Amino acid sequence: MSHLLEVKNLDVKFDTDEGRITAVENISLSVDQGEVLGIVGESGSGKSVTAKSIMKLNPGNTSYNEDAEIILDNENILQFTSKQDLKKIRGGKVSMIFQEPMASFAPAIKIGAQMVEQLLIHKNINKDEAKSISINMLKRVGIADAEKRFNQYAFELSGGMRQRAMIAMALSTMPKLLLADEPTTALDVTIQAQVINLIKDIIKEYQMGVIFITHDLGVIAQVADHVAVMYLGSVVEKGPVNEILKNPKHPYTKGLLQALPDINNLDAPLSPIPGNIPSPLDRPTGCVFRTRCPHHNPEGKDGKIEMKLIEVEPGHWVDQCGIQCGQNG
Amino acid sequence: MGDNLISVNNVSVNFDYQENFISKKQKIHAVNNINIKIKKGSFFGLVGESGSGKTTLGRAILGANKISSGNVIFHDDERDYDLTNMNKQDLKEYRKKAQLIFQDPYAALSPRMTVRDIIAEPLEVMKITNSRQETDERVRDIAAKCRLNIEHLRRFPHAFSGGQRQRISIARALVSNPKFIVADESVAALDVSIQADILNLLKQLQSELNLTYLFISHDLSVVAHVCDVVAVMYLGHIVEMGPSRELFKNPKHSYTKALLSSIPSIDPEKRSEAIELKGEIPSALNPPPGCVFRTRCPNPGIDCKGGEITMGLTEVEPGHWVDQCCVL
Repeated sequence: MSHLLEVKNLDVKFDTDEGRITAVENISLSVDQGEVLGIVGESGSGKSVTAKSIMKLNPGNTSYNEDAEIILDNENILQFTSKQDLKKIRGGKVSMIFQEPMASFAPAIKIGAQMVEQLLIHKNINKDEAKSISINMLKRVGIADAEKRFNQYAFELSGGMRQRAMIAMALSTMPKLLLADEPTTALDVTIQAQVINLIKDIIKEYQMGVIFITHDLGVIAQVADHVAVMYLGSVVEKGPVNEILKNPKHPYTKGLLQALPDINNLDAPLSPIPGNIPSPLDRPTGCVFRTRCPHHNPEGKDGKIEMKLIEVEPGHWVDQCGIQCGQNG
Repeated sequence: MGDNLISVNNVSVNFDYQENFISKKQKIHAVNNINIKIKKGSFFGLVGESGSGKTTLGRAILGANKISSGNVIFHDDERDYDLTNMNKQDLKEYRKKAQLIFQDPYAALSPRMTVRDIIAEPLEVMKITNSRQETDERVRDIAAKCRLNIEHLRRFPHAFSGGQRQRISIARALVSNPKFIVADESVAALDVSIQADILNLLKQLQSELNLTYLFISHDLSVVAHVCDVVAVMYLGHIVEMGPSRELFKNPKHSYTKALLSSIPSIDPEKRSEAIELKGEIPSALNPPPGCVFRTRCPNPGIDCKGGEITMGLTEVEPGHWVDQCCVL
């Protein structure tokens, strides 16, 4: 069976005044229908850039490598150039939910009008139909008084409600793929639990594929089926969620797990990963993690080992330098 | 008072609110009748959702918000400061002794000042040092304690990452040699690996410099890890308070239980045992009478549903206080 979305060998580079920045290097990912792929990593690891590439939303100074492919429904998105083609993707086949819902709604246009507008662009329906679809969708995501909220502005809603409205808007066009970029980061834990449950229900109901970006491994454990761990633009480890969280092989994944305060184990010391994430302008050669790796072997330290994912267990891929380092520690 | 550094007695903070100039003036009850004692050398945690009044209480203790009723006493070695009744001179003294670390290390530092100037500013404003040489010495001293490089002092904040900036903010807060620090969501904006680093630094500085912290956070696992005593706030009230291990192992209030169960577990096999709280925190403009949590409580009793039980803490175990509505 072919995948719903397949990203192959993707590099993303930005041309800036200071030079060419490699934001993402040689990433390959796939998402099936009804599956949630979680992407975790620190800020600056290229999670959002990867997601935005799928909608070609990166800014004008972006360049993609020529042999990269982003295949959604048997079409290579990277080869789309006309506005017409891109329109079908953006908000049509692919929808995105952002971290800060206040910033994603236009402040001076009613929520209902924004929902109707995008439905009219993507679906061949009239305004009344669009309105009833929107109101139903608002009800579906658990907004009480959907008719009233439809006529309100984003600032009149609370944080949790705004995020629900955002989800309703993203889902109303029935996308095949949903990109959720830190959708629960700005929310309180109780509201976060509500939104996570909602997203899970909806995935089941509509059988869409989801890429769920977050820096919170707890959230990943709750929603994702597969996980890709990113560091400085590269995937260092990927596989089924159980395998990655219970049997991590790469020192970076291990480090992330050890840095996480665990409420069930209060005696465990918090061990930070030493050092800072390097600037993408001076990205290390070879293994990208070697400047902070606590257990690097001599060759990995010199940058002589190239980044390459190797399958250690069925479906569990680890960067080859990381396998060796992981064994040391 | 012996071993307490801060006593907060029946403190309430109200704000005036007027929707527009013709509508009636209303009161926002941000913080209601809070009693806490912060022991010297303790790491006191304050948790709750946004809108629960954590920050307002923290600011009130620092004298940055007006206290509507009640009082806050700061027990210094020689004398007590009463915050509600302080003259300018006392306030100046108090500011040297109580400092604040902010949430967002990107917004808290002026982009036009060098790191040295940022850290030195409190010394100059409060006229603590007498010469430039003395100032420089103290800046270098505290920078080293906060693990900042001496060469970094000449640079501007934009050259630093989030974790380093937070260390600059901490150095600035500590340079006046305070005894009491309010850390308001100081690790919320940081990545987990850096968060762990900053938490370890705060702990280390606490023992080196004899600090007492009021640590405000919405992240329960962080609070559980670093704090000795924790108070859980909801809609301006403390609903549960106690030694952190006791409180997290044996939560009594249904809000604390719900909060704890909402933390996403790192174990993928333990999915969704969360006690889901319906709806959202009510507006502080008209909080529900009686128990403030009853509108979202998963298992309210008949009495508290009707709002007949007033808010008030009862001691269930030594040092472990729970709102009476949930004890009955």
